[in-house]
Amino acid sequence: MSGRLEVMKTYKLYINGAFPRTESGRSYEITSNKGEFLANACLASRKDLRDAVVAARSAQPGWAKATAFNRGQIMYRIAEMLEGRSDQFAQEISLQTGATAKESLQEVIDSVDLLVWYAGWSDKLPSLAGSTNPVSGPFYNFTVPEALGVVGAIAPIDKPLLGFVAAVAPILVSGNTAVTLASSSAPLSAISFAEVVATSDLPHGVLNILSGQQVELAPWFASHMDIDALDISGLPIDQHGAIKEAGVENLKRISSFTKRNEPGRILAFMEAKTVWHPIGN
Amino acid sequence: MNFEYAAAPESRSVVKIDPIYGHFINGKWVKGSAHFNSINPATEEVLSSIALGSSADVDAAVKAARNAFDKSWSKLSGRERGKYLFRIARIMQERAREFAVLETLDNGKPIRESRDVDVPLSAAHFFYHAGWADKLEYAGVETTTAPHGVVGQIIPWNFPLLMLAWKVAPALATGNTVVLKPAETTSLTALLFAQVCQQAGLPDGVVNIVTGDGTTGSAIVNHPGIDKIAFTGSTEVGKLIARAVSPTNKSLTLELGGKGANIVFGDAAIDETVEGIVNGIFFNQGHVCCAGSRLILQESIADEVLEKLKRRMDKIRVGDPLDKNTDLGAINSAEQLAKIRELTAAGEAEGAGRWSANCALPENGFWFAPTIFTGVTQAHRIAREEIFGPVLSILTFRTPAEAIEKANNTPFGLSAGIWSEKGSNILWATQQLRAGVIWANTFNKFDPASPFGGYKESGWGREGGRHGLSAYLKGSAK
Repeated sequence: MSGRLEVMKTYKLYINGAFPRTESGRSYEITSNKGEFLANACLASRKDLRDAVVAARSAQPGWAKATAFNRGQIMYRIAEMLEGRSDQFAQEISLQTGATAKESLQEVIDSVDLLVWYAGWSDKLPSLAGSTNPVSGPFYNFTVPEALGVVGAIAPIDKPLLGFVAAVAPILVSGNTAVTLASSSAPLSAISFAEVVATSDLPHGVLNILSGQQVELAPWFASHMDIDALDISGLPIDQHGAIKEAGVENLKRISSFTKRNEPGRILAFMEAKTVWHPIGN
Repeated sequence: MNFEYAAAPESRSVVKIDPIYGHFINGKWVKGSAHFNSINPATEEVLSSIALGSSADVDAAVKAARNAFDKSWSKLSGRERGKYLFRIARIMQERAREFAVLETLDNGKPIRESRDVDVPLSAAHFFYHAGWADKLEYAGVETTTAPHGVVGQIIPWNFPLLMLAWKVAPALATGNTVVLKPAETTSLTALLFAQVCQQAGLPDGVVNIVTGDGTTGSAIVNHPGIDKIAFTGSTEVGKLIARAVSPTNKSLTLELGGKGANIVFGDAAIDETVEGIVNGIFFNQGHVCCAGSRLILQESIADEVLEKLKRRMDKIRVGDPLDKNTDLGAINSAEQLAKIRELTAAGEAEGAGRWSANCALPENGFWFAPTIFTGVTQAHRIAREEIFGPVLSILTFRTPAEAIEKANNTPFGLSAGIWSEKGSNILWATQQLRAGVIWANTFNKFDPASPFGGYKESGWGREGGRHGLSAYLKGSAK
């Protein structure tokens, strides 16, 4: 084979179902673990974050209104689409992190399985986490968990696909919409994941993906008044205090997790609503 | 028709108030270094001299709580812990009248409410949580059974004993020990509760009560020996606490302010609704974080509701809180009265129409007549800020979607009310409202089995029910 030049992919942001470049016009170089050039990723700005929040906010009521069955189906569809592109994702992980082909394929498989696991929770967790409450009086009283709204997530630096999926799946499955920051040093997997999502019937704006620097964007995630909650599992632990403090202005629910598969990750981004109604005629 | 009632005051001879109190630390009364007066807000009579907790007092209380946690409380089985809570519940029932009279003297709320709501619900809270103590492994989807350790609890003045019960009962049931600070203006029932702990034989140091003001609260929040903070109060102070706790490993739950929407649809049963509106805003003088302080009326029935509401408000009996006929008692403090006056003046200045019930107010003490504002817009301060008094802001709507939009147009999200005779409409509105507690065709109902707490800036976490327990268990999901 001689002389065929590979057609390389331009990695962009994913906002409101479209793939825009950052409004800032900035990019940063993504290299392999050996220092070879892989791509120029978008260096997303505070304005891109704001645009993503607007998209997520307007998509949220519709996504929360979809039936739990429907949300589960779409989450499962994402897993199907990812499975079909396993080799591409494995290769991309290896290029960015230097993981072996086998390790990278395992990361993709784990990501697919994690999506399937979370998909199944959509119509089950509310029956475990809700309750009917035996109050002392002629009232019917029940508690249901509900999606919080718009949730931000700072994905971990390592495990660029699995870490991202573990952040996103529990946020989305209950009816939240998400604004996410991909692994700063290995964002290509998350951006390629947008292509999977775009072919999975997930409504536009439900998942929005930014690439850029944690140090620049995390404080803006924390202080944004229209982000209701934040997963900071991907941030170094020594930064958690400052981020939590910055999130106090709208009493953002801020959490971090160590386990990838736990229903607590879903419940952390749900709110319990209790309803009273008299019984009588 | 004019109803005349002879005064029917509850006797205050059942309570004995000491002229001066100390702190309750490690099962003993400890003298305070400085003191302030606690007054009866209905008469301005000085009731007692309350110790102003210093950081040294807080430190002693935290050490006692830690020692109790390590040496006694964490070693007990859940079953034995539960029995202490049952005992406390029973003693509170036995001394219910004493608690009710003392609460009314110190807080200013009508004896009818302290007797029928605050005190029985407080005892019920201990009874409910007592049963959880040996069943924690069944408490949730992913709950642990491990307590945090020492819990610092700071409570407000609007339901002094009930808020103590909401905090102390789940903390003890889950095996934590407690340092509690009652509100500056309402310490007396917490100090009586300390006597209950003694009568129940609760091990020394499991419950410690340090009285004081904001500086005492701050010493609790910032004490490094405390593992978890639970606070009920204003959103402003809640945010200060959240900032202080952010860099630490302390766990934090918050029950904060509200600006509850009470929505009346055109098909509502009007007479019941008017009773619900009155209960929603005038219960406990409107000193209720979940009060239905924004009435949102469908235009088709707005005139009728307003007319009936005014007629009903003229029948509200304002006066001596110890009188069993009284509906609306005293405003809790001069400071709170000033805040209510400031916001109602802003309501008039911004162009809303003010109407107050025609009632005589006592000369001494702090009083405010039941008041409504009509023609309120969403931009008015009285539609946005928590007044925490007997003041109702009234807005109107045409379509259900407009009602929901107005109801949700607030940074708060604690409570909401829906009045409608159509089931599907109620359930639809319930889903749309961004609030943690929804009362449909009722308002201001509370129960230990029912989780309570807010969305958005109304707080973090829940109190009561199965959901409230997780806040007191380490690393538990809801």
